[in-house]
Amino acid sequence: MALLQIAEPGQSAAPHEHKLAVGIDLGTTNSLVATVRSGLSVVLSDELGRSLLPSVVHYKADGATEVGYEPQTRQSQDPKNTIASVKRFMGRGRSDIAHVESIPYDFVDAPGMVKLRTVAGIKSPVEISAEILSVLRARAEAALGGPLVGAVITVPAYFDDAQRQATKDAAKLAGISVLRLLNEPTAAAIAYGLDNSAEGIYAVYDLGGGTFDISILRLSKGIFEVLATGGDSALGGDDFDHRIFCWILESAKLAPLSSNDARLLLTRAREAKEYLTYHSEAPITARLSTGVLVDMTLTTAIFNEITQTLVMKTIQPVKKALRDAGLSASDVKGVVMVGGATRMPQIQRAVGEYFRQEPLNNLDPDKVVAIGAATQANLLAGNRAAGDDWLLLDVIPLSLGLETMGGIVEKVIPRNSTIPSARAQEFTTFKDGQTAMAIHVVQGERELVSDCRSLARFELRGIPPMVAGAARIRVTFQVDADGLLSVSACEQTSGVEASVTVKPSYGLSDDEIAGMLKDSMEHAKDDAFRRALAEAQVEAKRLVEAVQAALQSDGELVSAGERGRIDVAITKLQEVAQSENRRHVTLAMDDLEAETKEFAARRMDKSIRRALAGRRVEELGNGLEAKGEQA
Amino acid sequence: MDFNADHFALFGLSRAFRIDAATLDARYRELQAEVHPDRFANAGDADRRRSMQWATKANEAYQALKKPQERAKYLLHLAGHDVGAENNTAMPVDFLMEQMEWREGVAEARAAGNHHELEHLHHRLRERMVASYEELAALLDDTKDYDTAADRVRRLMFLEKLLFEIDDAIVALEEE
Repeated sequence: MALLQIAEPGQSAAPHEHKLAVGIDLGTTNSLVATVRSGLSVVLSDELGRSLLPSVVHYKADGATEVGYEPQTRQSQDPKNTIASVKRFMGRGRSDIAHVESIPYDFVDAPGMVKLRTVAGIKSPVEISAEILSVLRARAEAALGGPLVGAVITVPAYFDDAQRQATKDAAKLAGISVLRLLNEPTAAAIAYGLDNSAEGIYAVYDLGGGTFDISILRLSKGIFEVLATGGDSALGGDDFDHRIFCWILESAKLAPLSSNDARLLLTRAREAKEYLTYHSEAPITARLSTGVLVDMTLTTAIFNEITQTLVMKTIQPVKKALRDAGLSASDVKGVVMVGGATRMPQIQRAVGEYFRQEPLNNLDPDKVVAIGAATQANLLAGNRAAGDDWLLLDVIPLSLGLETMGGIVEKVIPRNSTIPSARAQEFTTFKDGQTAMAIHVVQGERELVSDCRSLARFELRGIPPMVAGAARIRVTFQVDADGLLSVSACEQTSGVEASVTVKPSYGLSDDEIAGMLKDSMEHAKDDAFRRALAEAQVEAKRLVEAVQAALQSDGELVSAGERGRIDVAITKLQEVAQSENRRHVTLAMDDLEAETKEFAARRMDKSIRRALAGRRVEELGNGLEAKGEQA
Repeated sequence: MDFNADHFALFGLSRAFRIDAATLDARYRELQAEVHPDRFANAGDADRRRSMQWATKANEAYQALKKPQERAKYLLHLAGHDVGAENNTAMPVDFLMEQMEWREGVAEARAAGNHHELEHLHHRLRERMVASYEELAALLDDTKDYDTAADRVRRLMFLEKLLFEIDDAIVALEEE
């Protein structure tokens, strides 16, 4: 008789069935890969024992590529073919990239996403990211001794649909099956929460090289529930370097620098910043190509002074996220610090003061995201061990909506909705006999389409001709657990359908997202005004078209005098509808309605008579009954 | 479990305005722990699709029941008394007058940069809303006076909008 096998608690039942899964932190500056080994999440190192992989890709003329430390150190030798910080270009059009002129790459504008011309050919950011992911995949497979079943890949919490989709595509290109896209602060919360058996409300403050994320989570009995997320993507450790750089220029009264000297001083600035984490002053010395010797000392006091506004800029999104979560700073039990830039003492102090508690720093801020991702990858791959029954409930960072008449956004799924999420909204036709409807999907917080990011456009065709407002078009948004959106539209009375998995033509720039969130707060009033105006203009247009259609079909019902007055009222309304004065538009509409009141009554009479003449009495009765049921 | 069950049945709660928030939270989490797509990352297409539908439904139901105002709307919907806020915007004059007074108060405090007064208005309005919830509980659970309840929900929608405006004003002051 065969002996029954009993696995040790906390280990998977059959070691040979352990599925190889990893978590990947695909960072702007550095990338990492981690996995769970013997129940412990560990970062995998290269053959030299280095855990970070600089996110720099060098293309050579023969088509070969190099990724990591080598190309990073030789970046200035072949700048056009050595791509750093490619994450900034993911899901972006050329016009979306800030300071595109000052970036040394040869950009090629392409529909959907910008591309880069290299000696090895034209490369999309997806392909370049895939090179980084391939190196990490190879590292993992060598360390784990077999092919991966899949990976969890982290993205900034504020990443929009286009950027998420681009990340997923890059993984596919690198031959990695994506188990889930995971928000970076959420990954950090998992690593921290499971390590510390944390319960209660936690904030994750994630300041990276170029981005800032804040997430508020409730940890309870193994559930990680994200309550709100926010950020400022135009803010990161690089901005602190830049402030020091500017301070050097001013203090040393330097003439405009060559790009090589500028790069040198930026490097010195970064070194000084890092030095000040553990010292009260940092020496800065550099010999410029002009022969000028820069030799100065940056004190903590000066550093704090010149970066104070940057520090305060991170606190605003924190306040907003707390408000979105319906909480105050005193509700927060712990603040987990993530990202290399949180090592700066003034950041630690500001966060500590705002939350009135010491921030939590017991995990390496560079590794915590990858470690959390590995933990989730292990769970998703099915290596669930006893006690591993935790669950993650995340949210979408930006509202999703549709364009309606007048360029106004109708929000369908509000920001901070728990995913997966679905919402349906009904729309109707604007014109008589309208047989198609353009569906324009947008993402952002502002009320006007022009202020939000366009995600996708598609058309619902074959709507049976009906009078304006009679069609019932149900548009359904579905956001999956990766935060990716699909949209479908269906005309309810006819069953005509159209759907699209939103493969957006381009995404929002980081600056834009942060800016949009901020703007929507600042311009809430302005928006309301413009929205009211736009609505009035749509109404005015609708009214003019209705009157003109009526005049065309039943023109014989108005006298010449009436017709003249109506025409004048129409012209007047068309004129004021162009203006910015909502009240004038409303008044002119009232005038036109007054002029056409008699005409409308006569038309109604005419159509009733026509109906009565063409139908038997019982038919009419049935018709009324049917109508009554519908109402 | 019936996919078409109402939100209360989904969480094993009886159909009432008065619910225990802790029980709702707990049931929601229990349900998500069962149906969430993370539990089916390894499963086949059909299972994954079903999981997403269920998790989506659980989120929708939780949102509908968590907030008192949404819960009242949903109960009215189940009772066949839709609030009909879109077509029924006519409110009594005294209520509208009161709304205007509130708004003037907010605008004045905002203009004067009076953070304290805004916090005070926020607090007063919250109290007013909480009192409405108690009234709604009696109307929906005890007397089953759905018409009056629908009217109270419409009023609450005004109050909630006002609360957003006060909060926006507070944030705007903080950012100045």
